Amino acid sequence: MTYIRSTFRHPALPKNELGYTVDYYEGSLSTLCAGCGHDSINAAIVEACWQLNIEPHKVAKLSGIGCSSKSPAYFLSNSHGFNSVHGRMPSVATGANLANRDLTYFGVSGDGDTASIGMGQFVHVVRRNLNMVYLVMNNGCYGLTKGQDSATADMGSKSKSGSVNLFEAIDLSSLAIELGATFVGQSFSGDKEQLIPLMKAAMKHRGFAFLNVISPCVTFNNNVGSTKSYDYVREHVQVTGTVDFAPMMHEITTSYEAGSVNDLLMHDGTEIRLHKLAKDWDPLDRISTINAMQKAKAKGEILTGLLYVNQDANDLHDVLSTTDKPLNSLPQSALCPGFEALEKFNASLR
Amino acid sequence: MISTKINDFVVRFANVNGTGSASANALFTKAVFRMGVPVTPKNIFPSNIQGLPTWYEVRVSEKGYLGRREGVDLMVAVNPQSMKKDYADVAAGGFFVYDSSKPLPPGYERTDITHLGIPMTELCNAQYSDARQRQLFKNIVYIGALATLFDIEFSVLEGLIGDQFKGKEKLIEPNITALNLGVEYVKQNFEYPLPLRVERRDLLGDKILFGGNSACALGAIFAGATVAAWYPITPSTSVVDAFAKYAAKYRVDPDTGKNNYAIVQAEDELAAIGMVMGACWNGARAFTATSGPGVSLMNEFLGLGYFAEVPSVLIDVQRTGPSTGMPTRTQQSDILLAAYASHGDTKHPLLFPATPKECFEMTADAFDLTERLQTPVIVMTDLDLGMNDHVTDPLTWDDSRQYDRGKVLSADQLDNIYSNGSAFNGKWGRYLDVDNDGIPYRTIGGTHPTRGAFVTRGSSRDEYGVYTEDGAAYQRNVDRLLRKWETAKELVPPPVFYSAPRLGDADAEKAETRPVGSVRDGVIFFGTSTDSSLEALELLEAGGITLDAMRPRAFPFGKAFREFVDAHERIFVIEQNRDAQFRSLIMIELGTDASKLISVLNYDGMPITADNIFRQIRDRV
Repeated sequence: MTYIRSTFRHPALPKNELGYTVDYYEGSLSTLCAGCGHDSINAAIVEACWQLNIEPHKVAKLSGIGCSSKSPAYFLSNSHGFNSVHGRMPSVATGANLANRDLTYFGVSGDGDTASIGMGQFVHVVRRNLNMVYLVMNNGCYGLTKGQDSATADMGSKSKSGSVNLFEAIDLSSLAIELGATFVGQSFSGDKEQLIPLMKAAMKHRGFAFLNVISPCVTFNNNVGSTKSYDYVREHVQVTGTVDFAPMMHEITTSYEAGSVNDLLMHDGTEIRLHKLAKDWDPLDRISTINAMQKAKAKGEILTGLLYVNQDANDLHDVLSTTDKPLNSLPQSALCPGFEALEKFNASLR
Repeated sequence: MISTKINDFVVRFANVNGTGSASANALFTKAVFRMGVPVTPKNIFPSNIQGLPTWYEVRVSEKGYLGRREGVDLMVAVNPQSMKKDYADVAAGGFFVYDSSKPLPPGYERTDITHLGIPMTELCNAQYSDARQRQLFKNIVYIGALATLFDIEFSVLEGLIGDQFKGKEKLIEPNITALNLGVEYVKQNFEYPLPLRVERRDLLGDKILFGGNSACALGAIFAGATVAAWYPITPSTSVVDAFAKYAAKYRVDPDTGKNNYAIVQAEDELAAIGMVMGACWNGARAFTATSGPGVSLMNEFLGLGYFAEVPSVLIDVQRTGPSTGMPTRTQQSDILLAAYASHGDTKHPLLFPATPKECFEMTADAFDLTERLQTPVIVMTDLDLGMNDHVTDPLTWDDSRQYDRGKVLSADQLDNIYSNGSAFNGKWGRYLDVDNDGIPYRTIGGTHPTRGAFVTRGSSRDEYGVYTEDGAAYQRNVDRLLRKWETAKELVPPPVFYSAPRLGDADAEKAETRPVGSVRDGVIFFGTSTDSSLEALELLEAGGITLDAMRPRAFPFGKAFREFVDAHERIFVIEQNRDAQFRSLIMIELGTDASKLISVLNYDGMPITADNIFRQIRDRV
């Protein structure tokens, strides 16, 4: 980590539609190791929010415990953050979202925080289709306690000390799709070009948007023999598709090589354009996605891109039929039945 | 010789659970209530859905004693599994009502009790053809029989049946028929009424018959709770069931038909409290209800709530521990667990309701307290209070009452802080103690574009919410939390003081007082030990033993609590657990000498009785 922060910014930094330059979206200085994949992801979050013209104070950042969960301090310093307890971010996010449906909820977790101690809460937040982005910074190890294998470490992957992981890895993306996640993307911290549009689409998705981002641990899991090292991931990534993002009423102008193109209208009127690079696979179809992922797994490939999306599912507020106004904004007059109602109630108990 | 007992006896119903006896037995309680006579029912049920013995005990008390009393004057024994023991439990001079469709087996030849055989099965088989009806109406038949035996007005039962089946009128007639089967059988076969009798009185005024769990739920509705997250566990489940029922009644937006509330059944208690904390952090009022095993799981979050200063309301309906213990029996045994839940130095305000009315009020108060103090607040009720109906004063609500949302800064207030400084010296800090009461000012996400954002965390931070491992900053913070604890002492409800002799009435406003210290010894009790304790005080007084009494209603203990303890030479501490947890709490917090505090305990899972308290104190005075 560095402890010196430059305050110099290019005077001609472009402004977004709200008139903010990108530095307005930054957080405090990161204390993660130099070269940590998490910092690249944090930078991508900053960029994505700037590009999306999001008001930072309309975002809530939530996390559990671990290296990844420190991240909310390192982006969007004008957003409220909640660095909660280990593996319990989903429940905190659920309550927060129920209280105020108008904010954008950005949850950051790690592979230990999600696939081990937090597995129970993770699977249930997926089932509920909570309207949030849930990003796992996946490095296959416990960095903060010095490199123990996590539950996403691949079987046979070698740690820095030379020990080999003997247990089956949990594939969080497959699991999320299996459990009914309505948006599942996979990416690599080293691929900003892919990561930023993916994040933007995830933030615009109404429902549970899961992003599994391989994020190498430079200190404890970047060695030869590790399947979560920079080198290994670069060699095994298969980019399955790219995503363009168009704000409401704007035309998508980016052009790509010929291939299958799919435009998806998001709930707020924005559009995402999906370019599929893989054949025989439709990210709008769950079964075809699961098949593609199983095939990739057999070949030792890491599929990246938007793996699956379903725009039509009900989120938790729809299911609970909660009022459109944030619950935290309801006045006492809408909440308290008052004395007269209570007198009637008393009468029914005699 | 059988003595006449007017409005002063105990009836116990011995049933098989899952046979529909609960609603029939409740009908009996309600009938006594509508006769204007104080009545206390207790459910004594198994952790099972169908097929095991279950009992329902009803005490009728002209004097208004609402605690449990030992001895059964009349047993309705319709469960062959438990009949032998039920038979033995009838007090000498009492009555044994049984289903005489089959003769009693050998071994039921007591001469000190009266046997009243009613062929319930036979009567129902002759009247009804449907198997389920035959079973259900057996219960109604014995209620009809009891009404005649006890001289309860039949019109009262008719009225209750009418109320119960409003909207389902075709069920009224078969129920009345079943009642009449019992009535007629008694009239033709026994001398009636019995020397045990219910005589109409007007002793209840405007009182109501209500359960604590429902009262807590209604309190949450009135206090503006919008988010409830929970995990099913006996005996707290009916809190959220009731909340759902009341919310559907009071909280659906009339214009849109949408809900001004959200209820989530969580995957476990950890998630339940996490959701509550997330919602409260984001400015909603939220709560969960659980029992001891759930509180054990919630420890981690309670520590976070304490240290990160996040409000949340937790209703702990205590049951018999440890571990799974006896899930359907009562106890006051989570006191220390709740008071100091979680690792590190933590403590939490607790409220101890003694009546359904207090369940309503204290749950509502808990929402104000938790936001004022920015710390979790736990309402300590129990199975006896929560799952039984109790005669209690009518619920009241002052329409001029405004929710106390505590120190939450608006966008304008934030701007003011930065423009003219004020006590903040120009910069808001989440953990700055500007009022010197230990309570800082909080902000809610989405309030202001550039002011008031911070990261809430369970790790150490400085006054401005910035992570720190500086020992001095850490210590300043936890010392401020102690200042807040001192503030809490003045905000929580004060104790109620009682002077014997007085009639059993747990209502705080009606408690009489006399100068503290005019009597040498004192007694402390709380929650569901109250009714029996007050009755025991009268028994003691009649025997020449006068004691001052205090009923704490909250933790931390304030000045009045300490003065009471200091003013008495010895203090009996009555509680329903094995290890005298409340006594320990007094010793820890006040440093009181152990020899001064004498324990009066009950921990068999049944509600404590006045007789038990009386004996334990009398033997030690």
